[in-house]
Amino acid sequence: MDFSFTEEQTLLRNMVQSFVQDNYDFDSRMKIVRSDEGMSREIWGQFAELGLLAAPFSEEMGGLDGGPIETMVIMEELGRGLVVEPYLPTVVLCGGILNRHGSDAQKEAHLAGIIGGEDIWALAYSEPQSRFNPADVLTSAKADGDGYVLNGTKAVVAAAPWANKLIVSARISGDQRDSDGLGLFIVEKSADGVSTQDYPTVDGNRASEVTLENVAVGADALVGAAGNGLALLEEALDYGIGAVCAEAIGHMKCLNDATVEYCKTRKQFGVPIGSFQVLQHRMVDMFMEYEQSVSMTYMVNMKLSDGEAERKKAAAGAKVQIGKSGRFVGQEAVQLHGGMGMTEELNVGHYFKRLTVIDTQFGNVDHHLKRFAAA
Amino acid sequence: MDIEFAPQDEDFRAEVRSFIEENYPKHLVGADRGDLSKEDFLAWHKILAKKGWVAPSWPEEFGGTGWTVTQKYIWNEESASFGTIPPLPFGIGMLGPVIYTFGNQEQQDWVLPGILSGETWWCQGYSEPGAGSDLAGLKTKAELDGDEYVVNGHKIWTTLAQHADWMFCLVRTSSEGKPQEGISFLLIDMNTPGIEVKPIITIDGGHEVNEVFLTDVRVPAKNLVGEQDKGWTIAKFLLGNERSGIAGVARSKKAIDRLRDIARAELEDGKPLLDCGAFSRKIAELEIDLTALEYTELRTLASESKGQGPGPESSILKIKGTEIQQRITELTMEAVGNYASPWVPQLDRGDNYLAIGPEHAEGVSQTYFNNRKTSIYGGSNEIQRNIIAKMVLGL
Repeated sequence: MDFSFTEEQTLLRNMVQSFVQDNYDFDSRMKIVRSDEGMSREIWGQFAELGLLAAPFSEEMGGLDGGPIETMVIMEELGRGLVVEPYLPTVVLCGGILNRHGSDAQKEAHLAGIIGGEDIWALAYSEPQSRFNPADVLTSAKADGDGYVLNGTKAVVAAAPWANKLIVSARISGDQRDSDGLGLFIVEKSADGVSTQDYPTVDGNRASEVTLENVAVGADALVGAAGNGLALLEEALDYGIGAVCAEAIGHMKCLNDATVEYCKTRKQFGVPIGSFQVLQHRMVDMFMEYEQSVSMTYMVNMKLSDGEAERKKAAAGAKVQIGKSGRFVGQEAVQLHGGMGMTEELNVGHYFKRLTVIDTQFGNVDHHLKRFAAA
Repeated sequence: MDIEFAPQDEDFRAEVRSFIEENYPKHLVGADRGDLSKEDFLAWHKILAKKGWVAPSWPEEFGGTGWTVTQKYIWNEESASFGTIPPLPFGIGMLGPVIYTFGNQEQQDWVLPGILSGETWWCQGYSEPGAGSDLAGLKTKAELDGDEYVVNGHKIWTTLAQHADWMFCLVRTSSEGKPQEGISFLLIDMNTPGIEVKPIITIDGGHEVNEVFLTDVRVPAKNLVGEQDKGWTIAKFLLGNERSGIAGVARSKKAIDRLRDIARAELEDGKPLLDCGAFSRKIAELEIDLTALEYTELRTLASESKGQGPGPESSILKIKGTEIQQRITELTMEAVGNYASPWVPQLDRGDNYLAIGPEHAEGVSQTYFNNRKTSIYGGSNEIQRNIIAKMVLGL
């Protein structure tokens, strides 16, 4: 049992931290968010140069052989900077699926583009009716000669406006919510029949509604075995949970520090408001929520590579914790900052908005409580 | 970073588990704390003392086990999952560390063996009617008269003082300066003339706490620990130690297992309560909070094993640990439904007492009411929040 970081992990953290500090202060971030594209290709290229995009991949593929703990360290630091560039969908979600389940040919074809920063990926798994159930899939994949033809609509696909490649879940067989019969397909966004409606999301990111109309893909587009897509997808989403938990503790840490600092300096009735016990205890509660969230973030990232049952329970439990704590810390930080907390100008509200989206991302508290209770 | 135990730790787990299974007194398996006699309280303590395992938290030179942090964690887990009655905290957890840290050689030779063997039962004379969370407001007075202190005052909430041979006591030896100055740490023989112990019956119907009245109690001056008027440092040191073991994670895990068993046996509309979505989600929430606390404690232990002592962060363990304990007892009471209401305190039961309702409902509401104390004792949870605000957040 060991809770310490290796020297390499600490170096990695320091590197990401100083990169974010030097290149991604709040003003720069807001310029990027408000730009036409909504992300910075330049920053993305620098991520590639720093090796961040290579972190979880095997050395023989040109990666750095990192695991969930390395991803956790990176995501926490990206969270502190409220970084919008699509590390999660490209590297953690899609890269993770390809790395764990792609054929040699698929890895050969796609990982280099991720590592080099040329490609951006989005995971198109949710649908307008599916809410948080990844098995609820109406998008169809009909066998056609050697390949498949895809039809359907994918909802709120994070980073899809920036992506040139998608992984799409589609039903090869079975009924709408069957756990068998799904496939995960690699789809070029430029393929005939793919159209998107792009929009910003409340947290400063971008997403799309993705429509697939008779999109023809080859047999080599299918990742893993036909019909087994749900297992791969659920695993990827749990890895995603490990990553957003880390991102969220980065947010919470910044919010707590900012709130304590503000309450020490802001005066009312002639004294710093931080001298009021009623506010002190609220900040202590924020601090405890943060510490408990850190614990659950470490826990889930240590258990992601365990067996399926362990992994699911760990991910569900961690997501409940982060959902609740993130909402609590975000709301309290705004409240304790008073009117300032309501302004677009201050970063506090932006952390709060990202934490609010994270609560829903990959399933909210109620969803994961149910999942935890059933596990 | 990984959560696996090393093979030698798993061997250790097997060793302590079989020791507990083979040596734990049969008549105390599953016993309720409220029913215990003085001998019962000490039975397991004395077995552990013979084995040399009664004070794992002490340094080896004073009678500790020399176990690693991980081994101590495993020991606590195994003890809890078996449901042992842990050695009383007053000697092992509270006074012992004070004596080997602040006591002189004579005091160490005299006090520590009695704590380890279980021969001397200690109680804690801290709180007073006017000094609870604001402990420094204590008024019990000790005046030096020759080579004796003469003690006059009134202690309250003194846990299990009815069994105690000795009391470690905070007394006021000076009223100069700040309230924290002028406090001294004194060891008092409970058989000294002038001491009266009066029971306090709590809302669960039990007799656990007492009032202790001290009238012209004469205490040899050599029973002073540390310097006169400098007892506040010792008092705080003791409270810090008191907090660190208080999370009670392993025991809460066991209590949740029991809660789940009860919820499986109780029916709602003919189906197990455990399968009722609303109730099972309450249990799930509790378990998630407990998992988070478990990892917070492991993180604290890990930094402790690197030589960083339990910091003010241990206040988190107290607050969260007791909140969870209280919620478990609350849900357990909810789970048994109507049979939470029958109320026949231990003290009122005659020889012909017939149990009422299912066995698992026995005592659950008493336990619920009893556990309301946990957020009050050991420095109330509000005081713990003050500590974090000041020491961690710098407010």
